[in-house]
Amino acid sequence: MIKVEGLTKRFGSQLVLRGLDLEIPTGSITVIIGRSGGGKSVFLRHLIGLLQPDAGRVLVDDQEITRLSGEPLDAIRRRYGVVFQGGALFDSMRCADNVAFPLREKVRLPKAEIAKRVDSALAQVGLEGMGQKYPAEVSGGMRKRVAIARALVTEPEIVFFDEPTTGLDPVLVNTIHHLILDLHRRHRFTAVMVSHEIPEIFEIADRVAMLHDGRIVEVGPPAQLQASQNRIVQKFIRGEPEGT
Amino acid sequence: MSVSTVPAVLRSLDLLGGWTIEGVNSLGRFGAFLGGAVGAMVTPPLKFWAFVDRINFIGFRSLLIILLTGAFTGMVLGLQIFLTLSRFGSEAFLGPAVALSLIRELGPVLAALMVTGRAGSALTAELGIMRITEQIDALEVMALSPMRYLVAPSIFAGILTFPLMTAIFDVLGIFGGYLVGVELLGLSPGTYFGEMQTFVDFTDIALGFWKSISFGVIVTWVCAYKGFHVGHGAEGVARATTQAVVLSSVLILVWDYFIGSVW
Repeated sequence: MIKVEGLTKRFGSQLVLRGLDLEIPTGSITVIIGRSGGGKSVFLRHLIGLLQPDAGRVLVDDQEITRLSGEPLDAIRRRYGVVFQGGALFDSMRCADNVAFPLREKVRLPKAEIAKRVDSALAQVGLEGMGQKYPAEVSGGMRKRVAIARALVTEPEIVFFDEPTTGLDPVLVNTIHHLILDLHRRHRFTAVMVSHEIPEIFEIADRVAMLHDGRIVEVGPPAQLQASQNRIVQKFIRGEPEGT
Repeated sequence: MSVSTVPAVLRSLDLLGGWTIEGVNSLGRFGAFLGGAVGAMVTPPLKFWAFVDRINFIGFRSLLIILLTGAFTGMVLGLQIFLTLSRFGSEAFLGPAVALSLIRELGPVLAALMVTGRAGSALTAELGIMRITEQIDALEVMALSPMRYLVAPSIFAGILTFPLMTAIFDVLGIFGGYLVGVELLGLSPGTYFGEMQTFVDFTDIALGFWKSISFGVIVTWVCAYKGFHVGHGAEGVARATTQAVVLSSVLILVWDYFIGSVW
């Protein structure tokens, strides 16, 4: 379980996270929703140890990671897979090498075994035969799928998705969501996803947490949020503009 | 006490203090960055192929510009020094004058400035783009050190390639001076090279060698640091690249004076 307690982060005079509390159960798909620029990605960067909070802590299976650095933090990160918003593929490497990279560098495996796993990972995301292309030569949707394959190839326990469908057309949004759901059913990892794809994420989430003004204002199963009486949640779900 | 009631002199002091603290913090981060890179250079696992790639990126791809600038610098030196020496009837010293100017001073400095413009700027831009597209973050969350994969090989390649490129620059420059002094202006080849052997000693070569190594560290350190700590978007990369080239060039000249004065 990932437990977040009182997470606070300030950038200059702007308070982005204001004592955020959240529990993310093991094996679930938890989706963080909220307005753009509301601190969702900042929150995610705390979970993966790329930012340190001004106050509060993040616990992964009761181990506090917020004050860790070096090898102890790396030991936690070896359990992670991360899909970044833009894919963050290494543009100097072919797609297959991108997927193979964490295996080559983190796991001692024979070359043939690595090639087998890479082929399998690319096949799982529907990209058989595309491994020899460079990231710049494939579409945005394909890049996201390569990024998902790279995140999952080491069979991580916890996978973070930072807006994995941003900038994609509705068909691709659904394709990526169902791909994530399918991979989750097969591998049973804990998934934490930042998204504002409403209502699509309600189909795949086990739990949805609404982040507003630096805090989680409501968390629960999708049905709970959809029926929520909280005005902030309702306005966000209905897509009502500010001030109405 | 509200801000408006604070005397102007105290506000100025507050501002000055803030700048000073930020300046010291920046220097600390700059130093710690090099420390981290050196740590990654001397501890396993060493990234041999990343190092080879950086030698190609910094050294091999800068060869053409080094060959061109080295040859023409030597030719300009040959021409100007010959004209100056001929006023005193001392043309025989053209060889040592060209060689000493190149080996002690112009070779290391000009080669470093050329590589800064060619490879240093490219290094900053490359790392800057990797930063803004989250490729460096991706390495970190894979529990892989960006220092080990990206920075240490560049600094190590700088240490290895800068002296080699300086040596090439010096040799081309000396032959450029030969071309002008001997082939065009009529000095005898024996005089050009013979006097050179008399006046150029090992300490001159050692000075040029140590200068080029230190310039290799300065350029790769500054350019990698600026790329690593780039601002936002394309404008941030552009600004970082400009800062990297300007700061590297200034530091090369300052360090050149410092090392030259204590040698």
